[in-house]
This record gives sequence, C-alpha cells and structure tokens, in this order.
Amino acid sequence: MLAVRGVTLQYREQRNLVTATYRISFNVGESDRFVVLGPSGCGKSTLLKAVGGYIRPVEGDISLDGTPIKAPAPDRVFVFQEFDQLLPWKTVKENIVFALTASGKLPRRQAEERAMLNIEKVKLTEFANSYPHTLSGGMKQRTAIARALAMEPRILLMDEPFAALDALTRGQMQEELLQLWQETKFTVLFVTHSISEAVRIGTRILILSAHPGQVKAELNRDECNESKLQELLFSA
Amino acid sequence: MPSWLRKAAVLLALAAIWEGYARWLNNPLLFPTFVDTVKAFFSAIASGELPRAAAYTIQLLLKGYLAGLLFAGLLTAFASMSRIGADLLEILTSMFNPLPSIALLPLALIWFGLGNGSIIFVLILSVLWTVSLNAYSGFRSVSPTLKMVGQNYGLSKIGYVARILIPGAFPSILTGLKVGWAFAWRTLIAAELVFGVSSGSGGLGWYIFEQKNQLLIPNVFAGLLTVILFGLIVENLIFRTIENRTVRRWGMQV
Repeated sequence: MLAVRGVTLQYREQRNLVTATYRISFNVGESDRFVVLGPSGCGKSTLLKAVGGYIRPVEGDISLDGTPIKAPAPDRVFVFQEFDQLLPWKTVKENIVFALTASGKLPRRQAEERAMLNIEKVKLTEFANSYPHTLSGGMKQRTAIARALAMEPRILLMDEPFAALDALTRGQMQEELLQLWQETKFTVLFVTHSISEAVRIGTRILILSAHPGQVKAELNRDECNESKLQELLFSA
Repeated sequence: MPSWLRKAAVLLALAAIWEGYARWLNNPLLFPTFVDTVKAFFSAIASGELPRAAAYTIQLLLKGYLAGLLFAGLLTAFASMSRIGADLLEILTSMFNPLPSIALLPLALIWFGLGNGSIIFVLILSVLWTVSLNAYSGFRSVSPTLKMVGQNYGLSKIGYVARILIPGAFPSILTGLKVGWAFAWRTLIAAELVFGVSSGSGGLGWYIFEQKNQLLIPNVFAGLLTVILFGLIVENLIFRTIENRTVRRWGMQV
C-alpha cells in the first residue's frame, strides 16, 4: 500500500547539509501497525515527514497506492508528539469538526456527528466542549488521535505520540490505541525510539541505525522480542 | 475584600485628597475643587458641548486607527511574503518606532494642510509600526506543529492564513492593537491640543485648549476627565472583554 523505495533525505542545518536517512526501503501493507524503531538522530521523524509530504526525498520515491507523494494531504493524517498540535482556539469537538470541514470531507452537520462519535471512542465525551489548555497531556493526545481517526485516512502517521507522557499514561494510551485498532483495523506508521513500545504496538518493526538512518532489519512482531531488538539496535 | 471594592476605596480617597487640597489652596483658577470639576463635567455634558467634542475626536480616531490597521495589514502581508518585505518592515519599524508620530505633525501640516488630513496622517503613523511589528512577529512565532497540522488538512492558501495563521498569531496581534490604540489616542489628543485650534475643528483636545483660553479651569479638568474616561473604557472594557473571550479562554496569553 505505502511503498518507500531507496529514500534518501537531506536537510540543511545552518551551513551543513545533513543526511537524515540513506536509501531506505520498506512496504507497509493494509492494516499493518508498522513501527519504525531507531535511536534519536536516525532520521525517523524526518522519514515520517517525507511520507506526510512535508519533505521531498533527494533520492528514491514514496508512493501511496501507486501514486507518488508530493504534498501533505488528508489521506495521510499526522499525530505529533507535541501537545500544541491541537488548535488552542477550538474546543475538542471543534478541533475535529475543523479537520473534517477544512479538508472538505464532510459538511458541518455530519462532521459534528462524526466528531462526537470519535470523541466517545477515546472516552472524552465529557470534555467535548473543553478547550485544549484545560486538558491533561494524555487527553490532548487522545483528542489528536480522535481527530486523526475521524478523518479515516488511508494511513495514520504517528510521530512518537506518547513520548511526552508519563509512563503510566503512556502504557494506558498504547493499550487504547490497540483497542481502537481492533475496531477498524486502520493502517498506521508509528515512529518511536522505545523498544518496549515497538514491541507492544507493532505488527511489523523496521530498525534503523543512526547518522544517517539506514535499515538494519525488518521483522515481524512474532519473530522478535525485546532483547533481540535490543541486540539488533545496538549491534555495529 | 474584592478588588473592585478596594480600587473604589482608593479612588474615593484620591477624590477626597483632591477636594481637601483644592479647598485649602482656595484658588479655583489654578486648581478647582473636585466638586466643581464634577459639576462642570455634568453641565458640559448637559449642554451637549462635551459629547459633541468627544464624538468628533472619536470619529477622527476611528478613521485614523482603521486606516492605520489597513496599512499595517498590507505591510505585514508584504513582509510575510518576501524577504525584501521583511527587511523593509524591520528597517522601517526600527527607524520610525522611536519617533513619536506627533513630531511629524508640523511636516504633515505643510503636506496636507490644516485640518483632518494631517491629523489622520500622524494617526496612521502612530498605529502602523507597532501593529505591523506585533502582527509580523506573531505570524513568525506560530508553532511549526500547528502549521504542519494546517497543511495536513488540505486548507487553501487563504484558508490557511485565515484559519491557522491569524488565530495562531492572535495574542500578538491583539497586543499590537492595544498598544496601537494607546499610541493613537495619546497622539490625537496632543495633535488636537496644539493644532486643532488652527484647523478650527471641535475635538476634545481643542475643547480643553479653548476652555483654558477662557480661563474656565473646571471645564479644562472636565475635558481631561473625559479623556481619561474614554481611555479607561476602551482599554479596560473593550480590549479586556476581547481578551477574556479569546486569548484568555484559549489559554494563549503571551
């Protein structure tokens, strides 16, 4: 479904040209929970931004259902790590309605219905009319997930969405994400630097090395455990 | 004790000190009593003289302020779209921001003649720099995540500006509007005081100036009181309300 072929990504940092990833290839299939695992500095976030269409690869190509990715679009919805991904001037519900109407996906009436449906799924019904700054970190991330799911994208792009949460909330959020997945079996590309998170979330796991990011291994969830990932991640 | 009660008590005490001092001085030409001032204030309102002057000042202020905002919008848009524009904004604001725009009034009088034209000109200049500088820095400080979210949902260019950039920059924009308003208000009163007389117009500054010429000092005080009241109403009532309904409710204060 999503095909990444020989992708090299570079960005400019002051005067230097930094190579974030080097000739990375992988395929994400329908309903995969595809995890990209790597240490910080392996270019995994940059890679995700390229899939999102925010950055163009200098080499290789990325395509979704055979169409090359050129720009950001609502068929690939992002969930970021940062809490400020919610529009602070809109309530939880309005944030979701905004996404649905701005993208022209649904007219206002139906957008509101679908927003409430997804708010219910992430158990935030009581807070539908709250502004983001009154919510806890976990609730903000749940709102972002609800907003992304409401869009029913072809693929959900998650950039360390739980990294800024405390350990307890993080575990709970991982569990909830898996439950949500059980309902609709959405396809998700999930970036993380946490081995335990990769093992918990992923059906397939791609391991990257750092500076620049290169593919070390690609595994099915059932053929690996934490210690094997640990070994792979830190081997030369 | 609630804060409004405390403040009312302070105001009352100040009025009492004023009254006491004026009575002790006993020279209404130099310093009228509080009671006389209040009387003059109400009779000037009743005669329609003060409301007329205030209305005149406010319509002039609104014209200048709105024109200033228009120019500020253009300048900010230009600065946001090109590097040359950004440089231009930076250079112009750093040059003209330290220059009180009232200092340009003599020149403006030569260029635009006596009358409202020159006053509106200095009003525009008093608003322009602060508003555009604040708006521009507001746009630049909109979080990259928010910008990416905006792009993610396929907004059009105009939609992106209107639904992401402007609300995202709103705390900064509002600060600019407030400071711009304060500058404009002070500039206008000053301009009217000094030059309003020559243009024969009837604003608040002119009212104060004329009452002083006739040595009607309590009326001068009443005029000043009106200036203060309008400043308070706009800054503490109108802008405060906007603030409470927007940036405060959104948790976005800067």
